[in-house]
Amino acid sequence: MTSATLLRRITDYAARADPYPLYAELRRTPVARQEDGVYAVSTYWEIAGLLHDPRLSSDPRNRVPTAGEEDILEEEQGLPPSFLRLDPPEHDRLRRLATRPFGPPDSPRRVSDMRGDLARMVSGLIDGLRDRERADIVEDFAYPFPVMVICKLLGVPHEDEERFHVWAEAIVAGLDPGEEGEGPAERRRAAQRARMELGRYLAGLIEDHRRAPGGDMLSALAAGHGDRERMSPLELVVTAVLLLIAGHETTVNLITNGMLTLLRHPDALRRLREEPGLAVPLVEELLRYEPPVQLLPQRTALADIDVGGVTIPRGAPVWLVLASGNRDPRRFPDPDRFDPGRTGNEHLGFGGGIHYCFGAPLARLEAQVALTELARRLVEPRLVTDPPPYRRNPVLRGPRHLPVAFDGCVP
Amino acid sequence: MDLNRCEAYAQCAFQAPDVFAMHGEEALMYEPCPGDERREQVMRAAASCPVQAILVEWPGGPAVPEGAATGARG
Amino acid sequence: MPAADGSAEEFRRRGHAVVVGASLAGLRAAETLREEGFAGTLTMIGDEPHEPYDRPPLSKQVLLGRTGAGDTLLPRRRALEARWLLGTAATGLDLAGRRVRLAGGEEVRYDRLLIATGTRARPWIKETEAALDGVLTLRTGDDAARLARRLDARPRRVLVIGAGFTGSEITSACRERGIDVTVAERGPAPLVGALGGVVGAVAAELHHAHGVDLRCGITVTALEGDPAGRLRCAHLSDGTTLEADAAVVALGAVRNTEWLAGSGLAAGPRGVACDAGCRAFDVHGIVTDDVFVAGDVARSPHPLFGYQFLSLEHWGNAVAQAEVAAHNMVSPGPERRPHLWLPAFWSAQFGINIKSVGVPPMGRELAIVQGSLAERRFAAVYGHQGRVIAAVTFDHGRWLPFYGRLIETAAPFPPDFAQVDRAPGGPRPIPAEFPDPALPTHGPTVTLSGYAPSERRVTFVPARV
Repeated sequence: MTSATLLRRITDYAARADPYPLYAELRRTPVARQEDGVYAVSTYWEIAGLLHDPRLSSDPRNRVPTAGEEDILEEEQGLPPSFLRLDPPEHDRLRRLATRPFGPPDSPRRVSDMRGDLARMVSGLIDGLRDRERADIVEDFAYPFPVMVICKLLGVPHEDEERFHVWAEAIVAGLDPGEEGEGPAERRRAAQRARMELGRYLAGLIEDHRRAPGGDMLSALAAGHGDRERMSPLELVVTAVLLLIAGHETTVNLITNGMLTLLRHPDALRRLREEPGLAVPLVEELLRYEPPVQLLPQRTALADIDVGGVTIPRGAPVWLVLASGNRDPRRFPDPDRFDPGRTGNEHLGFGGGIHYCFGAPLARLEAQVALTELARRLVEPRLVTDPPPYRRNPVLRGPRHLPVAFDGCVP
Repeated sequence: MDLNRCEAYAQCAFQAPDVFAMHGEEALMYEPCPGDERREQVMRAAASCPVQAILVEWPGGPAVPEGAATGARG
Repeated sequence: MPAADGSAEEFRRRGHAVVVGASLAGLRAAETLREEGFAGTLTMIGDEPHEPYDRPPLSKQVLLGRTGAGDTLLPRRRALEARWLLGTAATGLDLAGRRVRLAGGEEVRYDRLLIATGTRARPWIKETEAALDGVLTLRTGDDAARLARRLDARPRRVLVIGAGFTGSEITSACRERGIDVTVAERGPAPLVGALGGVVGAVAAELHHAHGVDLRCGITVTALEGDPAGRLRCAHLSDGTTLEADAAVVALGAVRNTEWLAGSGLAAGPRGVACDAGCRAFDVHGIVTDDVFVAGDVARSPHPLFGYQFLSLEHWGNAVAQAEVAAHNMVSPGPERRPHLWLPAFWSAQFGINIKSVGVPPMGRELAIVQGSLAERRFAAVYGHQGRVIAAVTFDHGRWLPFYGRLIETAAPFPPDFAQVDRAPGGPRPIPAEFPDPALPTHGPTVTLSGYAPSERRVTFVPARV
């Protein structure tokens, strides 16, 4: 089997439930050129190096489109890219402005102050399972919970969930580089349309918040921070789209992957029940072992880059396969073992460098609270099917449904 | 704190705002000997550090290497 | 008892290790000895009465009043089972008899010795002036406690003598507390000796933007007290007089090697010379095999920098060198490792995080490769003989590992590749403006390979044309 077909086998839906053996195969060539010109990087140190390498751009405008990608520049004629897909200095400015109402140095307690709200939301959702013996962890818990959280954080009315859920699905599908279904080009176009519509919706909401500000992030972003630099109205909309999508399409997978992993490792589930503090390193291990963002497929080499004995030529698309780096035996002892107490866990689950996951602190807190309470309250939970059915997307990977049987809930 | 390793991801300042604070965008200030009531916060901060730059030891207990949270209560 | 490599195992099992210097390097070395299975007797000797503590917070959190000076104890990696002789200075070394003499007259025998006595603050040159109430230095925890108390008393003006890193951090803390500060710096800009005049000019802007009365090209000629022995004013080289309630002397450090005078070791004002394996040289240039050196007091050759001996007053060097020294103390020859640490340090001042890798003062030129000097957010690389020798960032720390690798791989200077945030037309080399020309080197070009410590071996590559 050549490496050219390997990446395609990974994005193929057949590999979704367990891509890890293919990642192991991929790691035999740490930097592997695919037949379509993509360079797949799969080993820990090489990925970590490239995450800090200023010769790698996140801006699609630097891309020389490969076959079938001719539309990649044209699609950007919709909303301009968010900071996720920008390079410094624009990236730094926008991320700095987005951070002001979210985290240190200006808002250090925004996330930790949400702990009580999060606990109440989780309690409410699990209370809803009280009289049941079966649940779909995705539909009944792992999807609604992060949506409630991001709505609360941003100041988006939760009752609008049905509207933006459709747009969110389309936008996330646009990240799927696989060949199945309508194909990546059509998905990208649909994603761009959805971004426009979601943007229009959020623009209206931001205007409302400007007139009647609340304690939420959109109000703070709309108000700006004193007379210091601020986002333009368009930048604000684009950032709001990013935060809403990222805030509810990744955490669902972290929590679902977490519950699935716990049910496959009853010892860890029991330990978490007895020792709730274990949730802290356990979630880190989860981010290593089953990261919700499996790979970063949108980087471009701005110059020839020598890495792993290979020269990635200028203009080449580069995929950083984070989930594979997380299983690299040169970095992690016994990498295929789920070890909830693992120390020195410098995983790549949130990426690294300047694009390190913006919402990481919130995602951590959500997963810690969610998994601790699920472990504590569900009585004798067990998997109904293993593996569960997965979403198609190989980038944001996770089960579509996670049917679980249990013998009721403790209060 | 190994501030050579530190890359200012500020995860510790999110997790333990009573112990770690960003001073500007990248400079980190921290309380080197936080009290026992901050123990849980500190363990969260140490575990979440993306570059594992935080070394934690509690008096009376064994030295705890980076990231380990044995004994921390959630 | 061990005399050669063959007896490393014997030493590991029941030897006597003595560590002189109970600060960062001494502690980390002792922990590494135990981690590597050293089961013998361990004696820690320190002249300060305190357990090992961390110094970087002293010029930051402690001066800001956020942390007590006694609250910066270093976390321990493990229990040590050591005999601690604190508040006890070593006063002499008998190499032949393998004995350390202590201030009280006691002698401690060793099989293997680690010297980690570090540095102390360079005192004000005139003793009577240095003795004035209000004239301070900052190196130890006790120094920091005195200075913090002084700042608590709301002095009308503080004079900081010397705008190196310590002086600048003290100045920054004073301004944050709303205290008026004058800085007297002999050179043309703050940080000029460490980072050069180009970056120093940015540091000067930071001082000005924060309301510091910065006076460059100025020296303090005398400190004058009142009849009660309290500091009243300072006389400056431009003929002016400055009233100040406190003066902090921040003129660098002096290596603690006096206790080794006459011992036969290659010890002097520049430190104790040792090989890349941390073994001390004697005065004849012959390497010893039972005396090791680590931390600020060590001078050791570095293959990346033409095998020049480097003395590094860096927190990270103290840790890395201590680990190598301790490993080599308990290892037979073939298992010993070289200390190939890439110099790195940081400083937080005026809300900016300054980081550096490599040896900036070796660079004749620099190029701004990311960000801009005007915004005070940038990455600068320094060049020496056509290759990258150092990098400095202001609030751009996440990129620094990349520039560290450029140094390790002897990448050409100026960098000739496209990258994000690159100035139009590419980076333009300009003179780095160090006060003294960079030292010429004639060594081979060296490349490091691998990431794990055990893989950090030297390979030679031809110098680039």
